[in-house]
This record gives sequence, C-alpha cells and structure tokens, in this order.
Amino acid sequence: MSGEITRDEVAHVASLARLRLDDNELDTFTEQLCVVLETAAELNSLDLSDVPPMAQPYPLSNVMRPDVIVLSLDRDEVLAQAPDTEDGRFRVPPALGEAP
Amino acid sequence: MSSAYELAASIRSGDQSALAVVDASFDAIKERDDEIHAFLHLTKQRAQAQAKAVDETVANGGDPGPLAGVPVAIKDNMCTRGEPTTCSSKILDGWRPPYDATVIGRLEAAGAVIVGKTNLDEFAMGSSTENSAFGPTRNPHDTTRVPGGSSGGSAAAVAADFVPLSLGSDTGGSIRQPAALCGVVGVKPSYGAVSRYGLIAFASSLDQIGPFAQNVTDAALCFDVISGHDPMDATSIPTALTPTLPTLNEGVAGMRIGLIDELMGEGIDDDVIARTNQAAEALTAAGATVERVSIPATIYGLAAYYLIAPAEASSNLARFDGVRYGQRVEGQNVAAMNVATRSAGFGDEVKRRIMLGTYALSSGYYDAYYGKAQRVRTLIANEFATAYQSFDLLLSPTSPSTAFEIGAKSDPMALYMCDVCTIPSNLAGHPAMSVPFGVGDDGLPVGVQILAPMLEEARMFKAAKALEEAAKGMS
Repeated sequence: MSGEITRDEVAHVASLARLRLDDNELDTFTEQLCVVLETAAELNSLDLSDVPPMAQPYPLSNVMRPDVIVLSLDRDEVLAQAPDTEDGRFRVPPALGEAP
Repeated sequence: MSSAYELAASIRSGDQSALAVVDASFDAIKERDDEIHAFLHLTKQRAQAQAKAVDETVANGGDPGPLAGVPVAIKDNMCTRGEPTTCSSKILDGWRPPYDATVIGRLEAAGAVIVGKTNLDEFAMGSSTENSAFGPTRNPHDTTRVPGGSSGGSAAAVAADFVPLSLGSDTGGSIRQPAALCGVVGVKPSYGAVSRYGLIAFASSLDQIGPFAQNVTDAALCFDVISGHDPMDATSIPTALTPTLPTLNEGVAGMRIGLIDELMGEGIDDDVIARTNQAAEALTAAGATVERVSIPATIYGLAAYYLIAPAEASSNLARFDGVRYGQRVEGQNVAAMNVATRSAGFGDEVKRRIMLGTYALSSGYYDAYYGKAQRVRTLIANEFATAYQSFDLLLSPTSPSTAFEIGAKSDPMALYMCDVCTIPSNLAGHPAMSVPFGVGDDGLPVGVQILAPMLEEARMFKAAKALEEAAKGMS
C-alpha cells in the first residue's frame, strides 16, 4: 500500500458504497483519502508475518439462546417508521431497470 | 445539582421528590442549553411519568433502586422507544425507534429518569461534536471551544450541571476525550461488559457504551447498573462481572502503575504532560509505585484504527438505504433511490469514512489494509498483556490538548490525532477512563487516563477515586 488513491478509484469506491459525489467532492475526497492512506502506510514498516489477525477483543463463538418463541417487535410499529409500505411489507421502487 | 448518589439517597428516603428533581433539571436545561446545545431532544413526558412512578414507589414504602429519580441524558445513538433517535444525521431525522436499548431499560429499572437525547458527531464519527447535522455543541467551560467528541453533548450536559449522569459511546475515545475536555469523569468499559443492544452500530468490534459523571462514585454507581450480561447482544460477556462500588475506597497502596512512554512525548502538549506527571506523583503519594513503561505498538494504533473503524462502519452503515427507516429520496429504481437517499442523508465525514472503509475492504486491498490493521491489533493486545505482567494499571494523558476553538481543526487528519491516547484501549478491548486532573495553561480542564486489563474495572475505579481525592487537594 502506497498511500495513493486516484480520482477514478475514488469515483469507483463511491459507486460501490452507493454514494454520488460531484466533481468538487471527488477532488476534495481524493486529496483527503490520500492523506489518511499515507498514515496507514506507516504499518508497512512492521513485519507482521507471525502475528495472527484479531477480529474482535473478546471472542465468543456459537452464542446461542434457547430455541423458544419470544415476542418480537410489533410489525405495525416497525412499519410505521418506514418511508413506504404496502400490505404489511416495505415498499420500494422497481429493482430492475437502468443502473443509477 | 447534587451528585447522583446523594440525589438517589434523598429521593429514596423521601426527603426530595423525583418530580421536583427532574423539573429542576429541565429548568437548568431551559436556562442555558440555547447556548450550549447539549440536547437534540427532551423526553419530558417520559421523564415526568417515570419520576411520578419513582415517587409513588417511595410513598408506598418500596425501593425504586440505586438511581432513584436521578436525571440521566442519553447520547442520541441509543434507541429510545417512540422518541427521536437521530445519530445527529439527516438520514434518521424523524425516525422513532420501536424499542429501547438495553441500557435504557437497565437505567429505568434502577429508578433513573431519562431526560433527553444529546448531540454527537454524526454516527459518532468525530472528536469535536462540530460534525452534527443539527449544529455544534459548545464547551460549558468556554463556549468558543469544542466539548470534544463524539459524545460531546453528553459530556457537556454533565459539565453544565444539567444532569449528574449521562451515557456516551466510545469507539476510539468518544467518551474519554470529551470527558477530559469538559472536566468530567468518563468511562469506556471492557468490550462486552455493557450491552450494545439498541446502540446504533459504528464499528462493532470497538464500540462500547459507558457513563459520564461529575465524580468517580457516580460513574461507578452507573457502571454497576448498566453492565452485565444481555442475551440480546451476542458479544455480551456471559460471566458475572465484579461490581465496582463496594471496593471504590480501597485506595492504591501497593499497586504498580505504568506510565506509558509513547504517550508522554511528541504530539502531546507540555501542560497536559505536566498534569499527567503530577497525577503519577499523586498516585505515588497515595502508596502506589509508578514507573515508566514502553508500549511501542501504541504508536501504530491510530493508523490501524483508521482502517478498522471505517471498514466496519462501511458495512454497518449499508443498512441506511431508504427502505426500512428514516429518510428516503425517491429514484427511478431501488438502486437510484439508495444512491439518492445516502448522498443526501449522510454528511461529509460519514461519506469519507464509508469510502475509506469500502476501499480498505475491496478486492486486492483487503490484506494490505484491513488484514494488516487486524494484525497490528494483536500486536497492541500482546504488548499490553506483557505490560500487565509487571503493572496492575497503566496511566497516560487522555487527550493531547485541552479543548480547542470551534472551527480550529478543519482537516480530517488533525482531528483524527485527538484520539491517539484513547484508541489503543478500544483496539485491545480493555477498560479505560478519564479523570479530571487540574487545568492546562489556558485554564481549561485536563483529563488523565487510567487503563486497566480486561474486566478489571473495579481496580481501575479504585485508582480513579484516589486520583480524584488528590485532585481535590490541588488548586
């Protein structure tokens, strides 16, 4: 990692993250992300080949609860907070069609 | 306003009514919060109903609990049923969660009264609370200065004496740094000690909820109430935790405390270093042995954090897509709607971190960035483990400086540097807290950080109490 990211890469990453940036934003973000990635490049000086990665500090695995039915959130109360609903479900625009 | 433990005692004994106490809190907020802007939303109806219930319990000879009638403010990234919860983001403006976070239920079960939701940097991303869609919070000690962040509203609410207690969340220092800048006590518990159910996730392997208080005893009281296993949070530690209040006054005699070399030099202001050295002397005078200790990997914490936290954030914040909650900006198809909603709803810092995280996780870069940062995390945890073979606790400054002017740090990297002392504890998952200790050259509060091994909160609070006693003797 060199700490460099190009304007085209920033535009690509924005599309992956479902964000639209205008030309000014693209310029600013490219510059700012380069600075952060340069700092991240400090890690290059470390030999970490023998060090295992750590995903979380207190590993608990296979956390289970008893298989009994408990009350869940009220459907109407949840749906009341959604931007659009129909027949007890979330409603969205068509999923197929022109890409954004 | 009195301390939480004094208030609870007087309300439990019937000397004061919880309703009068909560009304006094709302009066104080009305008096000065136009200037401070600690709160985004007040939960008056809920507060008064809870206060009346507490008073009725007392009148009927019952015990409402250890926080009976104590007004508490909540950072606005924790869900409160039927009350706005915004994360200081336009994307959640108007949303009212259908459930309470576990900590809310625990506080109310202990008799506490939730008075409102406090301002934060959008989605807890920031160190100054300037980065809120609803405007900045100001430091009660000097309103031209920031309160720190991201839990700046909760820190300011306690510092301005609106409430004796509040809750914040700490992913890289977001409780401890504002506590230091506002001159209050702030605690980041061990990862897994306090349930995160209902805390809107920023970086799930780092986030932890903890208290702000005006004194160490109140912080211990609150920690004991909110901590403990919760089946609703799969990362909640299932074993019983040691309560901190019973041993609070045991002192530090015989304790071995290490002052972290790497956090006592470059990048830290001289006045902050001077106060931290004085704190070390005070602990020595109280019977502890304090020695310098080198933890070289701490200097890589910042770089590792600014890969890990954005990576996790980019994943967590994918849920804000205009489908299930919050704002939607229409588009011709679902993808266009997602893009329009997220582009309009998120502020610049949130976008920056989502982009950084998406990049760090993307194909071809994962091993070089995220994978490498995760290995540094192990390195830091290992070096802490080695240090704790020789020391019971560690000591450092909390923040490199006292509170800075609003608008002074406009470039992102300058703000990220604010977290240099606090990040290592989040990466290791260990508890740490900030205790006020004197003032800097500008007369503004300085905080000293006490770090402890995993689940050793009780030991950490003993040292905090000793430091607090020593600070009372200074002037």
